[in-house]
Amino acid sequence: MRHVEFEKIVETVESVCISAAYELPADVLAALKNAAQKESSPAAAEILNQIIENARIAAAEKIPLCQDTGLAVVFVEQGADVAVKPPSDDGDATLFDAVNAGVKAGFQKGYLRKSVVADPLKNRDNTGSNTPAVIHLSVVPGQKLKLTVMTKGGGSENKSRFMMFKPTADGSEIIDWVVDVVRAAGADACPPFIIGVGIGGNFELSCLLSKKALCRNLGTRNTDRFYAKLEADLLVRINALGLGPQGLGGDTTALACLVETAPCHIASLPVAVNIECHSHRHKSVVI
Amino acid sequence: MASYTLNTPFDEKLMRSLHVRDLVTINGHIFGMRDKTMIHCFDKGNELPVSLDGFPILHTAPSLKKAGDRWEKIIIGTTTSTRMDRFSPPLMEKYGARAIIGKSGLYQGSLEAMQRFGACYLAIVGGAAAIETTQIEEVEEVYWPQLHPEAIYKFRVKDFGPLIVAMDSHGNNLYADVRAKVQEKLPEIYRKCKISE
Repeated sequence: MRHVEFEKIVETVESVCISAAYELPADVLAALKNAAQKESSPAAAEILNQIIENARIAAAEKIPLCQDTGLAVVFVEQGADVAVKPPSDDGDATLFDAVNAGVKAGFQKGYLRKSVVADPLKNRDNTGSNTPAVIHLSVVPGQKLKLTVMTKGGGSENKSRFMMFKPTADGSEIIDWVVDVVRAAGADACPPFIIGVGIGGNFELSCLLSKKALCRNLGTRNTDRFYAKLEADLLVRINALGLGPQGLGGDTTALACLVETAPCHIASLPVAVNIECHSHRHKSVVI
Repeated sequence: MASYTLNTPFDEKLMRSLHVRDLVTINGHIFGMRDKTMIHCFDKGNELPVSLDGFPILHTAPSLKKAGDRWEKIIIGTTTSTRMDRFSPPLMEKYGARAIIGKSGLYQGSLEAMQRFGACYLAIVGGAAAIETTQIEEVEEVYWPQLHPEAIYKFRVKDFGPLIVAMDSHGNNLYADVRAKVQEKLPEIYRKCKISE
């Protein structure tokens, strides 16, 4: 059994939270540059070029890409042969405590906006630390600990939707609905978008799949031919809307559409769409 | 689609000469404010402590650091304008605001106020806060600091933009036009939606 120091996880999450705020991932930047070259609307091309310039300035000057530095969503893949060694002064501290300590340190040291309220309805007081993070843990073979941090903006998350289809639904009904979710997201959610789609599982798993889909490199396709085609078809339909960057018209409504699937109940066909804005901040590290 | 570099304050004639899709770059001063500021003013009946006559409003809640008497910028980005829609006509009518800078636009009542008083909505790129922060040279004044980060901020800006004129004083609203076109295209997109292995 390999042991990873609690502090090592804290430091890793801290540094990933800070660098994710300043550095737009290379795949997102490449998709933006590609879109800017192809864009037929001059105003849309201007917007895309400003987003590209924004990424350059953010990285060079260490200024966050967006003032909404996001809710930290952390996917942890823990090898079955790796355990966390708690700090000497707190033998009960867990992996989740380490992730939260890292998020708190990163958002405080990086002067990133704290966007988490402790209670959703009663008083909505800010926790001041951007914690708790939303943490998803899975166990995989081996001795590695992989952390994927996505700092997700609120505006785009607000436009995400879930729908329980009948299992007899035609696939085209699902495409229609996804296209309409993107239409309804509109200018408020800061297009151009990245669209994560989760199909199957159950009520909560489809939503989780839609977020996991957003963790994929934008240049990849679903490994299943059918779903790879579905991704391509969805992207063509979404961009045919003409909503464009910032909802001001153009060819680039979405940069990518990523689909993930899971087995589901014979009576169900759950589908979730997670909308992500162009400031798609995510980063993976292996400890 | 014409490009202009404009110095604040703006006058009515200048604002009436702008049309949707024009690009505008601003030098001078703009005022930042958002939800709580406007609620404090219009719903709670407090007069704004500063004249906005001829100046643009930016929908923002900046992150600032207090250094002695000065406020240093950390990050200044733009928030969604639609929430502030109902406050936009009185900002133009009562306080003389000549432009509203934000993302995702305003509704019909605000458009009509722009026609009546001679003002525009200038779209900034939402989520491009690094660029915006560097174009704001200085936070010169903070009014109603007790409301920070939703106070009133007087920003000095240099080459701020280019911003896209998205709503003009001639009754044009680019957001509404795009929404209508999207709606028109939906049936055709739906008709084509067939998946096969």
